[in-house]
Amino acid sequence: MSYRATLLELGTPVEAHRPWPRVVVDREVWWRAALEVAQGHATLLALWSDGREVHMAVLDEAAGEVSIASLACTNGRFPSVGRTHPPAVRFERAIVDLYGLIAEDATDTRPWPDHGRWGVRHPLGAAQACAAEGLPYTFLPAEGPPLHQIPVGPVHAGIIEPGHFRFHANGETVVRLEERLGYVHKGIEGLMRGAPLARAVQLAGRVSGDSTVAIALAFARAVEAAAGVEAPPRAQILRAVMAELERVANHLGDFGAICNDASFSLIHAHCGALREQVLRCSNAAFGHRLMMDRVVPGGVARDLGEAGAANIRALIAYIRQHLPELVRIYDRTASLQDRTVTTGILKPDLARQYGAGGYVGRASGRAFDTRRDVVYPPYDMLRFDVPARTAGDVDARVWIRIEEITQSLSIIEQCLEKLPEGAIAISVESAIADAAGKEATMLVEGFRGDVLAWVRLGAGGTIANAYIRDPSWLQWPLLEAAIEGNIVADFPICNKSFNCSYSGHDL
Amino acid sequence: MRRLLIEGLLKTPLTEARPGDDDAMLAELAERLQKSARRVLGHSLSIRQVDAGSCNACELEIHALSNVYYDLERFGLRFVASPRHADVLLVTGPVTKNMREALERTYNATPNPKWVVAAGDCACGSGFFGGYANIGSVEAVVPVDLHIRGCPPTPTALLQGLVALMERAAAAT
Ligand code: SF4
Repeated sequence: MSYRATLLELGTPVEAHRPWPRVVVDREVWWRAALEVAQGHATLLALWSDGREVHMAVLDEAAGEVSIASLACTNGRFPSVGRTHPPAVRFERAIVDLYGLIAEDATDTRPWPDHGRWGVRHPLGAAQACAAEGLPYTFLPAEGPPLHQIPVGPVHAGIIEPGHFRFHANGETVVRLEERLGYVHKGIEGLMRGAPLARAVQLAGRVSGDSTVAIALAFARAVEAAAGVEAPPRAQILRAVMAELERVANHLGDFGAICNDASFSLIHAHCGALREQVLRCSNAAFGHRLMMDRVVPGGVARDLGEAGAANIRALIAYIRQHLPELVRIYDRTASLQDRTVTTGILKPDLARQYGAGGYVGRASGRAFDTRRDVVYPPYDMLRFDVPARTAGDVDARVWIRIEEITQSLSIIEQCLEKLPEGAIAISVESAIADAAGKEATMLVEGFRGDVLAWVRLGAGGTIANAYIRDPSWLQWPLLEAAIEGNIVADFPICNKSFNCSYSGHDL
Repeated sequence: MRRLLIEGLLKTPLTEARPGDDDAMLAELAERLQKSARRVLGHSLSIRQVDAGSCNACELEIHALSNVYYDLERFGLRFVASPRHADVLLVTGPVTKNMREALERTYNATPNPKWVVAAGDCACGSGFFGGYANIGSVEAVVPVDLHIRGCPPTPTALLQGLVALMERAAAAT
């Protein structure tokens, strides 16, 4: 029996939830579900709370099915999933900090987003005022006589987001890296509560700026599913055009930045120019360089005109003309290959255990892609490949990105060919006003991997609760594993090859 | 690779002319810098960027300043790795409470004279991110000399602001 079938048999499905079942279970079944995930029979997608219940979204990869198990937290407690399944640990620490629920028998009880600076504990649960002087934080130990520690951050040397990295090193070699995140925690889950729809969509688009299209899309699709409406066909295609432009821009930027971290600035300069072209083209086509606030529930906020489409076609031709030479140089420059090949290897087992999405998973043998495996429109009408490799090193992640650019360009071309006439949006206000209490969970493929959005609609066209899980949640811990045994000086290039979002994770 | 390098020599550069001035920014600068500038800077500024809670889109556009189209360094502006080498702090984000101390310490580590530029609507105090986790503006934590608005500000807007700051800073000394 599939994971979902078992869950449905043992629990009570929630009527209001779409399109996949959300099933209320008891502690016993919750625990069994956790074991299933720990044994690798299904993949943990996310673990979150709304204060009353905890929700565990799980993907059955063989069946391509998503299901959610929910447990009511009687007495404010729930059995820890992280105890048997480490990928759940940070999710639980966040739930504990934000809601004050207790994860029973949790192995790691240190705070996560709460740095003791808010002046309040459990801000989304039974909030209590407290001092804002900062909490002490104990890093995990590494033992042995020659070891030394290197603290890095939160403010880093480059133009990057803030986070703290604690290295334990033996000479040049990293013995243990531990991340401490949460510095850019903006409390988005709290800000979503009761937010009018228009504001909630803007918030979603600012969870992680580099994935603004993907996250807004996941959110918009969840709102639409909850309200039982669908964006018109033209909007579906335009959304895909924007999502793929976003993917291309990010992959180009990171390809260049990875080479730059190996001090190879030629590719960086050329990729920077190509990326700039993509942003300018996006601006001309949709009125914003990053296409922020262009995907909205009901459709898209901006139509694509003839000139915009012609611009995009020219852009595709331009990239196709110029990228291959850069790829050739990447492939043939020994000094560059020396830095990327066999550096920062992520083992396939770990990628599978953590359900690593995007290029992180695909470079380590986990060829999952929402666009193909939990398909949503318009990708069911499009032809494309999902590249996959097994080496798991920086080089493999670079190649996946290069190959994905090629695929995305072809997807955009197909979209422009298929673009139907018609409306770019439908009005969703009345449907949403009628759908108070309705819920939905959606999965969308961003450039980093699968983005999950869960929404519960409130009264009068508001959002009662919303949760957004950026792919970075499941990729950050893997960076710790990938850097082990590498030299400290290779950390920047490994980090860039993962390029996890701080903001998307800290929420 | 050789072909690319030769082409680079022969083709006209992609770099664009400097953008025109933004009057509102010039007015703000004129007022601020008369009071604060005291030292001859030799007509160049070092910038230390601090993300104080941004969604990272502001960083993407700040990054773009270094690409060949905007080429920030031709104006004598460059990004440096340490606040101790910086004249300007370029701060983004609503200042999360978790980043407040880091921002203050970065500010204190920057030698005088120094200027703070708040980049992006969040940093300028748009109030978009409120709630228990955010302070709401850069100004509430450290004194700000120039606001560059936008969500995120375009590279052109950033360039206008930074170039104007540099020229005024030099003129006022
Ligand atoms: S101003 Fe806009 S782009 Fe910049 S950090 Fe704030 S939300 Fe993000």
